[in-house]
Parts: sequence; C-alpha cells; structure tokens
Amino acid sequence: MSHVRLTDAEDNIVDIGNCRADFPALAQNVNDHPLVYLDSAASSQQPAIVIDTVAEYQRHDHANVHRGVHTLSQRATEAYEGARDRICAFVNAASRREAVYTSGTTESINLVAQSFCRPTLKRGDKILITHLEHHSNIVPWQLVCEQTGAELLVAPIDQRGQVEADTLIAQLDDNVKMLAVAHVSNALGTVLPLPDIIREARSRGIPVLLDGAQAVPHMAVDVQSLDCDFYTFSGHKMFGPTGIGILYGKEAHLEKMPPYQGGGDMILEVRFDGTTYNDLPYKFEAGTPNISGAVGLGAAVDYLQSLGMDRIAKYESELLAYLTGQLQTVDGVRLIGTAKQKASVQSFLLDDIHPHDLGTILDRQGVAVRTGHHCAMPVMDFYGIVGTARASLALYNNRQDVDALVDGLGKAKEIFSR
Amino acid sequence: MTSMAQTGDELQDLYRELILDHARSPRHFGKLPDATHSAEGINPLCGDKLKMYFRVDGDDRISDARFEGSGCAISVASASLLTDTVIGLHTSEALQYFSALVTRLAGVPSVDNENAGDGINLGKLRALEGVREFPSRVKCATLAWHALNSAIQRKSQPATTE
Repeated sequence: MSHVRLTDAEDNIVDIGNCRADFPALAQNVNDHPLVYLDSAASSQQPAIVIDTVAEYQRHDHANVHRGVHTLSQRATEAYEGARDRICAFVNAASRREAVYTSGTTESINLVAQSFCRPTLKRGDKILITHLEHHSNIVPWQLVCEQTGAELLVAPIDQRGQVEADTLIAQLDDNVKMLAVAHVSNALGTVLPLPDIIREARSRGIPVLLDGAQAVPHMAVDVQSLDCDFYTFSGHKMFGPTGIGILYGKEAHLEKMPPYQGGGDMILEVRFDGTTYNDLPYKFEAGTPNISGAVGLGAAVDYLQSLGMDRIAKYESELLAYLTGQLQTVDGVRLIGTAKQKASVQSFLLDDIHPHDLGTILDRQGVAVRTGHHCAMPVMDFYGIVGTARASLALYNNRQDVDALVDGLGKAKEIFSR
Repeated sequence: MTSMAQTGDELQDLYRELILDHARSPRHFGKLPDATHSAEGINPLCGDKLKMYFRVDGDDRISDARFEGSGCAISVASASLLTDTVIGLHTSEALQYFSALVTRLAGVPSVDNENAGDGINLGKLRALEGVREFPSRVKCATLAWHALNSAIQRKSQPATTE
C-alpha cells in the first residue's frame, strides 16, 4: 500500500485531500461540470485498490468457501477469512468469532432483534432508541415489539439535534431489555454521547447495540473500549462494495443466540431428527456468502488504515467546520443539526426552496447531495419540515467541493428569485 | 462556456415563470368539503404528498377542484395547473388531459387510460415540458395527474408515481 503521503505533520491536511486521485469515479464530469460528490453518507465511492482487489479475486481466485479441497476454494477461503481478520483488527474485536458477515447494517440490526431479543422479549419489556435513528434502527425494533408485545421507547433530541445523556439515562429502567442507538446520526451528523450512556446501561445490565454505519468511515472505532454488546456497519459507506457488512457481537451473546437463518455452511451435522449448528461466526452465515464483497471490504479496511483513522477524523473535522461556516455565509440558509459533537454531515434548507428542487439545480452543476428525509422521517417531523438537503463529507472531499456547493446555492437563489 | 449556458437554459426551462408563479401561489389550494371524488398522490422517495379533491356533478362535469399537501415546486405547480385546467371539464375530457400530459412528459402512453389524449391541446400545461430533460422529475410533474386519474376512476389505493 502506498497511499500514505505523509511528509510532515504540517502537510497532513493536504495529504488526505490528495487521496481523491485514488477514486476513479471522482474524475469525471457530470452535466458538463467536474463531479462534486457530497453524498457519501448515502453511499461512498470506491478507491481503485478496492475495485481492483475485487476484480482480481473474480479473475483468479473465485470458488465457494469452506467447501473444497481444491486450490481455488482454498484461495477464496483465505481471502474471505483473511478479510475478516483485518476487519476485526480494524474495530479491535477481541476474537474473529465475534465478527459476522451480513449484507449490511440493516441485516445486522434485524439479526440482533430477531435472534437476540425476540426469544426472551415479553409484554412489559421495553426497547429504547432515540429520536434521530435511521429507519433501519427503528423498524426492526417495531417488528420485534409487534411480535412480542414489548414497547418501543424513544429518547428525545433537542433543537440542535443532540441526545442528552442524562435524559436518555433517566429512561433506563429494569424493563429496558435493549438500548439501540446510532453512533453518528445520518441525517444530522450528531455524534452521540456514548461513553456516559453505555456506562450507565452496563451498570444496569442492559445490552447496547450501536448503529455504526456513519461512524466507521470517519473515525477510529474500538468496540472493546466502547464496551458495546453489538456494533453494526456497512461496507458501502466505508469505500467498500454494497451488499456486505458486519455484525460485531460479544462472544457470550452470540454463543447463546439461535441461528437467524438456516442453510448450508451454518451447520456441523444435519439429520432429519436434528441438526447441530456450526461454530461462531459461521452459525450466522447460512448459504454461500458475499465472498467478493468481503474481499472488497477487507481492501477498504486496508486502505483506511493506510491513511490512518485519526488523520481522517482530523481532516474531516476541519472540512466540516469549513462547510458549516461557508453555508452560513449564504443568505437564507437554515442549518438543520447543529450539535456540538458532529461528524461529516450537514443538513440544511435554503429560503423556501424545496430540497428536491435544490437537489436538481445542484446536480445540473455537477454537485451531488442527498435531498429528502434521509430515511429518518421522525427527525423531519421533529423539525416540522418535509426534508433537507444534506451535504456529507468523506476523506476525498476538499474545500473546492464546498465552494462548488456554495456557488450552486447561489444559482438556486438566482433561479428562484425570478 | 456553451455548456454553462446550456445548463442554465435547461434549469430556466424547468423553472419557467409560470411554474414558479403556481408553486408560490397555488390556485384552488385547500380542502373541498363537498367533494365527490378525492385521491392522494404520494411520492415515497421524496416525500411529496398531495390530496386532490373534485366535485363531479350529475352530468359527469367537474364543477370544482382543490388540492392540499406539500411537495416540490414542480409537483405543487402541476397540481395547481391541474385544478385550473379541469374545472368545467367532463370527466372523460379530464382523463384525456391526463393521458396527453403523461405521454408528452414521460414519452410513453399511459397504460391506465384507453383515451390516448390525441388531439388535446395542452395549452399552459406545456409549461411543464421542461421536466423532459430531467427524468427524475417527471414523476413530480405527473403526481397530481395520477391522483386525478385514481379519483375519477375511484381507485381505493393512493396514487404513486413508483
């Protein structure tokens, strides 16, 4: 890996910005303008090393995993399991038995809801989430509540889009059987006050699941130091492929949990009078997995580590401050989500222009932002708005991208002021 | 510089003055208490949500139309233009406008209606033609019209453009 261009500390900021050249998709014109990609919170672009690693695997090494004695099957297994080891190291899992490949964050959360919570959940029990969750950290819990008679509780947010640790902690009681919260909000960029929340939940014996989809691409994540029970994330938001993600779970939990799906690869022995299940993590990986996706995710992890998560976090933090500051220079911009602790995301409105119209006008100038409710309708209801425009940053963005966005907003004002 | 000019032109063509006028000051906005026909139009992707109301008299003539809800400039302007257009029309004529407009904007005949709308003069509805350069916005421009079609044909499900 030769992606690190560190010369000295002074150059750190510039260096990360240079990694833009590693991403082929960014070197194109869209609607006759250089692409300005500010939608990485929806899905990030992939560096050439990820694209090439997946292609090389497909060209030379593909076979089914864990099945054959032949050479390709062994190569595929090594690539698949080797990626798992590197992903474990990336989030500091204690053991490879604790990292289950899934199709992404959504499946990871559904797996925990159905396999960990459903068997023991009963009427009178509660699951606590927050008001800023993505739909994928709401609906799986609604489903399991419907199935068991348990109740879904929602911790409030304030006008800045922050979750107050004390307010949430006050909602923790003996009936709460799961606390499921975002690490970073996808719609608002809020970083949740996890240490305080998790410490209190731990002391009460309440298991904690973190939706880490918007955190892992932007900051160092250490599941042991967070001391969460489950941590979930998606490959395609961290410069890897779609259709692959991770469920990290503490081994003691995963051991007790029944399989989520039945099929090949998750069994030791199948008889018609009973089947014994495979060891962790394979118990939860029924069927032929997304091998190339896992290989790509492993390459993405290597890429992120070559840059260094702390450097990425520092670079993005300064760029986010620049983005927020520049947006505030535009007359008529209303920022949505102004938490003290934020990462990578700024939602906003411009005058009374509908976000959808704003998105179209920006797109015509090559600027890609997400518009709408961002799969977080309760957040939009909280602010009494139908949606926002959202600029989300990643390590490949730079100040020129922010300037292009601001220029685009000027164009939108021009069109709508006729 | 040519490309810059084209970009501007397409946007100017999408957000024509008539569209902006109807988006800012929608006509016939609000509930219609004595509506005989109504339907919702929902675009789940962007959250646009319109409710269309029509009062159809005994001779199948639309004597009043109103709408409420929220949406982007294109979907609100289109709903407003719709109400302006269909008041006074026979329901079959209104459906011909629906067909003609969808065909004109989406480039494919509507499968929902046998009346192809041939020979209909779209008049000021042609202000919506700018969406043809913006495929993702065609559904905004046709949302209210799909709801009209549902309301008149008395379909129970909300109309969606998906």
